[in-house]
Amino acid sequence: MIALIDYGAGNVASVANALTELKQDFKITCNEIEICRADKVIFPGVGEASFAIRQLHMLNLFSVLRMVKKPLLGICLGMQLMVDHSTEGNVACLGIFPGTAEKFDSAKTKVPHMGWNDIEIKSESKLFTNIKSGERFYFANSYYVPVCEYTTSITDNNINFTSSIEKGNFYGVQFHPEKSSDAGLQLLKNFVDLC
Amino acid sequence: MLCKRIIPCLDVKDGRVVKGTNFINLVDAGSPVELAERYSKEGADELVFLDITASAEKRKTLISIVREVAKAIRIPFTVGGGISELSDIEALLKAGADKISLNSAIVKNPELITKAANQFGSQAVVAAIDIKFIGNEYKVFIKGGREETNLKGIDWCKQAAELGAGEILLTSMDRDGTKEGYDLNFLKELTSKVSVPVIASGGAGKKEDFLAAFKEANVDACLAASLFHFNILQIKELKCYLKDNNVVVRI
Repeated sequence: MIALIDYGAGNVASVANALTELKQDFKITCNEIEICRADKVIFPGVGEASFAIRQLHMLNLFSVLRMVKKPLLGICLGMQLMVDHSTEGNVACLGIFPGTAEKFDSAKTKVPHMGWNDIEIKSESKLFTNIKSGERFYFANSYYVPVCEYTTSITDNNINFTSSIEKGNFYGVQFHPEKSSDAGLQLLKNFVDLC
Repeated sequence: MLCKRIIPCLDVKDGRVVKGTNFINLVDAGSPVELAERYSKEGADELVFLDITASAEKRKTLISIVREVAKAIRIPFTVGGGISELSDIEALLKAGADKISLNSAIVKNPELITKAANQFGSQAVVAAIDIKFIGNEYKVFIKGGREETNLKGIDWCKQAAELGAGEILLTSMDRDGTKEGYDLNFLKELTSKVSVPVIASGGAGKKEDFLAAFKEANVDACLAASLFHFNILQIKELKCYLKDNNVVVRI
């Protein structure tokens, strides 16, 4: 069973629809026991970082997510919340990955970074099985995670930023696989089947 | 590199997609779900649904349409038309819409932009702005173009972006339905003055109009309705043309 975390800061419906299309058994939940018992965890997110972190604290999920032993996939804001810190609302995040989520410079590029952009795969990942470097995914983000040692793919928006990240059982993607047509479904399928 | 986007716009009335020109001679064009699936397959980057239902009672069907569309397609879509409350926005986003476009309500209550952006993120809030050239300046119109306001086009667009809108959907009422091309003069000035993405709307009649909007006015997306509905232009053909002319598009 996949636990799809609903903490009041994510577009859960679209991820749920994609999982339904993939014929997966999943449960929308914010219950820590259900999350710990799940085979896989998906951690979506849209909106504002400090609000989202507050929600996690209120639901007692902050430490639970850090200690999940099963494969966990953070999507969009979900991924950004997995680093040390975010300048959006200046908030301490989960600290699973190093770094600080920063805002794109609106003097140099349009903010939000909105639409279909390509990823350049930097290191092998099960997530990218049957997905080519250069594949396009749908993004909608004003903040980004700088490239670090755990970055598995990068995307160019005036600067190169982390479009996917991976360490042990923790995975994160900046784009929205649930909104990225066939390639997005393939990535979710890879997470469910292979990770 | 970020792709330029092509966005078909679907007008929804009482739960069905209708097509017509300038809200006149409306013809039933099918179910929103079927058309969403068709455009998604044909390579649309996003969709916009505009609810033109007159009565508030029948409006409630919009939520169930959004839910069905979200189940059927795996590309983002925006929903607009008559939305004025945060609770409406929340319900539509929860049903699976990715963005909400706000038009008349934010002119009367600009704070709604900030409230919605704080709660749901700027990426979910589209300011839909209708402009018309009057005298020697661009003025903002509301209520589907029926009511003139005191706002000047560029000023209101800038303000909407500053208040937290994540995107501006700019419709030229002068060009709408004319097929004479997008209003490049206004769009050029707009993209130089705001840092949020701009969607051009109103006036697309041929492939060259899209190319001009992307190349000359530097817009991020182009929206069109009748061109696609009446099969005057196929999305795939349009995108191939744009690609051949060095516009980065997703094919």
